[in-house]
Amino acid sequence: MNKHAALDLKSSRIAGGIHTDQRHDSAHKHVTGTAVYIDDMPEPAGTLHGCLGLSTATHATIRSMDLSAVRAAPGVVDVLTAKDIPGENDISPTGRHDEPVLADGKVQFYGQPVFCVIARTREEARRACRLAKIEYDEHPFITDAAEADPKNPKLVTEPLTLKRGDAAATIARAPRRVKGQMRVGGQDHFYLEGQIALAVPGEDRDVTVYSSTQHPSEVQHMVAHVLGVPNHAVTVEIRRMGGGFGGKETQGNQFAALAAVAAKRTGKAVKIRPDRDDDMTATGKRHDFLIDYEAGYDDEGNILGAEFRYAARCGFSADLSGAVTDRALFHCDNAYYYPAVRAVSAPLYTNTVSNTAFRGFGGPQGMVGAERIIDEVAFALGKDPLEIRRRNFYGTDTRNVTPYHQTVEDNIIGRIVDELEKSSDYQRRRRQIAAFNANSDVVKRGIALTPLKFGISFTATQFNQAGALVHVYTDGSVHLNHGGTEMGQGLYVKVAQVVAEEFQIDLDQVKITATTTAKVPNTSATAASSGSDLNGMAAQNAARQIKDRLIDFASETHGVAKDQILFLPNRVRIGNQEIPFVELVKQAYNARVQLSAAGFYKTPKIHWDREKGSGHPFYYFAYGAACAEVSVDTLTGEYMVERADILHETGRSLNRAIDLGQIEGGFIQGMGWLTTEELWWDGKGRLRTHAPSTYKIPLASDRPKIFNVTLADWPEAHEPTIHRSKAVGEPPFMLAMSVLHALSDAVASVADHKVCPCLDAPATPERVLMTIERLRKTRAEH
Amino acid sequence: MTADASSVSTPWMALRDTDRPAEPATRPDTVVAVDFIVNGKPCRLELDPRTTLLDALRDHVGLTGTKKGCDHGQCGACTVIVNGRRTLSCLSFAQMNDRDEITTVEGLASDGRLHPVQQAFIDHDAFQCGYCTPGQIMSAIGCISEGHAETDADIREYMSGNICRCAAYPNIVAAIRQARDEMERA
Ligand code: FES
Ligand code: FES
Repeated sequence: MNKHAALDLKSSRIAGGIHTDQRHDSAHKHVTGTAVYIDDMPEPAGTLHGCLGLSTATHATIRSMDLSAVRAAPGVVDVLTAKDIPGENDISPTGRHDEPVLADGKVQFYGQPVFCVIARTREEARRACRLAKIEYDEHPFITDAAEADPKNPKLVTEPLTLKRGDAAATIARAPRRVKGQMRVGGQDHFYLEGQIALAVPGEDRDVTVYSSTQHPSEVQHMVAHVLGVPNHAVTVEIRRMGGGFGGKETQGNQFAALAAVAAKRTGKAVKIRPDRDDDMTATGKRHDFLIDYEAGYDDEGNILGAEFRYAARCGFSADLSGAVTDRALFHCDNAYYYPAVRAVSAPLYTNTVSNTAFRGFGGPQGMVGAERIIDEVAFALGKDPLEIRRRNFYGTDTRNVTPYHQTVEDNIIGRIVDELEKSSDYQRRRRQIAAFNANSDVVKRGIALTPLKFGISFTATQFNQAGALVHVYTDGSVHLNHGGTEMGQGLYVKVAQVVAEEFQIDLDQVKITATTTAKVPNTSATAASSGSDLNGMAAQNAARQIKDRLIDFASETHGVAKDQILFLPNRVRIGNQEIPFVELVKQAYNARVQLSAAGFYKTPKIHWDREKGSGHPFYYFAYGAACAEVSVDTLTGEYMVERADILHETGRSLNRAIDLGQIEGGFIQGMGWLTTEELWWDGKGRLRTHAPSTYKIPLASDRPKIFNVTLADWPEAHEPTIHRSKAVGEPPFMLAMSVLHALSDAVASVADHKVCPCLDAPATPERVLMTIERLRKTRAEH
Repeated sequence: MTADASSVSTPWMALRDTDRPAEPATRPDTVVAVDFIVNGKPCRLELDPRTTLLDALRDHVGLTGTKKGCDHGQCGACTVIVNGRRTLSCLSFAQMNDRDEITTVEGLASDGRLHPVQQAFIDHDAFQCGYCTPGQIMSAIGCISEGHAETDADIREYMSGNICRCAAYPNIVAAIRQARDEMERA
């Protein structure tokens, strides 16, 4: 039976090309429970299980460690400590050598992995862990950014300064000034599938690691580094993750490295899957920030100069904190032009888990600082914050240079905001809300419309490259592989659409295969929203190489000019005749034409000089805006998001259905960050919010009651991106700023909008209530 | 928030002070036999009495469709249907389910036809990473059969035991609405 008989050779369009709504490739598997995540893979016979022993001191020297009872416990096969690491005891992703796999002599946060038990069952490993006897000599510690020495804080990596013009002098000369400090909380990823690694030992020095990671190449390098073997000995594979959000960019390294070490020592497959509390305790999160800001502005609300200091709780090691705090600075402008600006970062050392990537990667925290200044200016002038926002938007031909000296060439924020203002009926609702509040003593409503502009590209220029591998088999089916990973964002299906489009074959002819370091090497993390941009281009490049060979071959054998050869849906027109795609493939095979290609792409145009704080770090910007309305119970601080309207753009979307899901999901996740998700450390430096019982993630009941999400249909990428589409993973997250500002607007009504609420994030009901109390007090005093 | 710098020794204690005290690290010699019907098939297991229904299904029956998100009854990923009621399988000891009838996500489709809730989840793209999906689907079936899917507000409220970190909630609610109508018609 040849399945191709069923292919439609007449149709004018393939099934599943670009710019069409395609379901997630695993849709059927997801609803039938047959999608395989790492914990669902059949375990090799004799698989052992690991559990990490975590420190119970926040900053201490290990005086003594007695693991004899652990070793003697039932089922225990091996116990690893720092001295058992055969290669480097280090998994610092930036090569700073500041992050041990297992603590060696000292611990720097409560919950740091100190040893690892390998046992026959997970249960036995967990039980044995508790039998360790470790004595600590404790040292002073700091867990909070506010405790750091403001003059000379200990940093985990070099800070960055961005400046244009003389901000201090401009502010000093400005008719009006504002100065303040803002706190923005962190966020746990709570990927529903926790961290997990399964290492299977091979012959020689080889090991294969199945790792739930967004960055298989880095896991490969880390495992090799920790084992002390060449990269070629390590293969890392991942078919899908149950969520990543940045939390599996570097945080999978530890589990993969330990599983691999144990696998090589015992000769058995080893699986490490921490339980949820250990996962939340021992893996990094979104950075919380303390933002100092000062701005000078005029009576109309034009910002003349702005100064920022973004201090971040980075934890005990650098991890990705340098790039995260850099990105915060890159977004201290959001969509606003500052005639003069100076922004500095302070990546602080703290005795907490090392913070890491999370959707937006510091960008959201940067923007929240910009929006606070807008709020302050609006309140001081008694104007609608939207008016101040609009007044300060980047221009198109003038007022278009960012604090990092890149010119904004694709600005569409004005139109986005205008359209949303109309479609959300902002002005009328604002008046209605004022009238409602005048007659409502307890429940107050608030509304806000916030814009966003987000820079797309890795700011480390070298990461902006990607590879893909495409094989065409002799039955006309296609095998696709690339360096991007699937975590639910729909990258796999988008890239497959690109390949189907290129060959003009139906999408189901393209087999999507698991990401593995053995097929495409030296890849970048699937991060920075760059997955489709980079991997789509690389896959297109691979497909085009094969297509070009097919065209050359057809032209030669059929004696037809190359421009007379056209790929039509599931068939190829060669001069006057049409033959099925598979026919051409067979002929080409018989003529010994290579039907496999490795594709490559590197983003053009980008460069960045960190020393000078100047360059063109972003290939383009993504834009969007959201309008949120909330109601707040001013006696309890509890609130509801009554309605949210979103207008977002992804250029010429490759797949609108997938993009809409990202926008809705990003908004709700962002809302969680700015409202209910609060990380809390106690006085002993222990994170006490390490399970969903104490850490409140948005539920179905928390989403806006009315939720209108629109993908703008008119924009297209200004640059030649993959079919003029734009990235979608991170930008929508920041649409949630509208909720924080709507809450702020509701809260402000208790003081007749005369006092800027300066509502910090997360705006938990408790914090909302405290802000209401503060405003009432301030109002009474004046 | 700084600790006394003098040398304080902290013996290894329970991982977190909220944890229960350390338990004996011995394996019980006792094994219990559990009989239940899983997706219509009788099934007899010999288990450590502390085995949860979730682990029994995943590790002993070999049905890995049911997911472990938190193992604490806080996320809903492990939801299965026990004797017609939605249940968090991580909070139930398997031996408590002796003689029970259990349905997991693998047991919903019949004769190659998807259950209306499964089909609705596909029709509405009601997932991203898919990890919460089996639990959402089982919970949705419970929600509809309990009569708690009358309005969108009801659906949101009665589905609030199932976390979707990808926040595919709008589509999940839309899918449940469609499935409800279809199941009511049937
Ligand atoms: S795994 Fe059972 S509720 Fe989370
Ligand atoms: S689809 Fe990812 S958690 Fe729901």
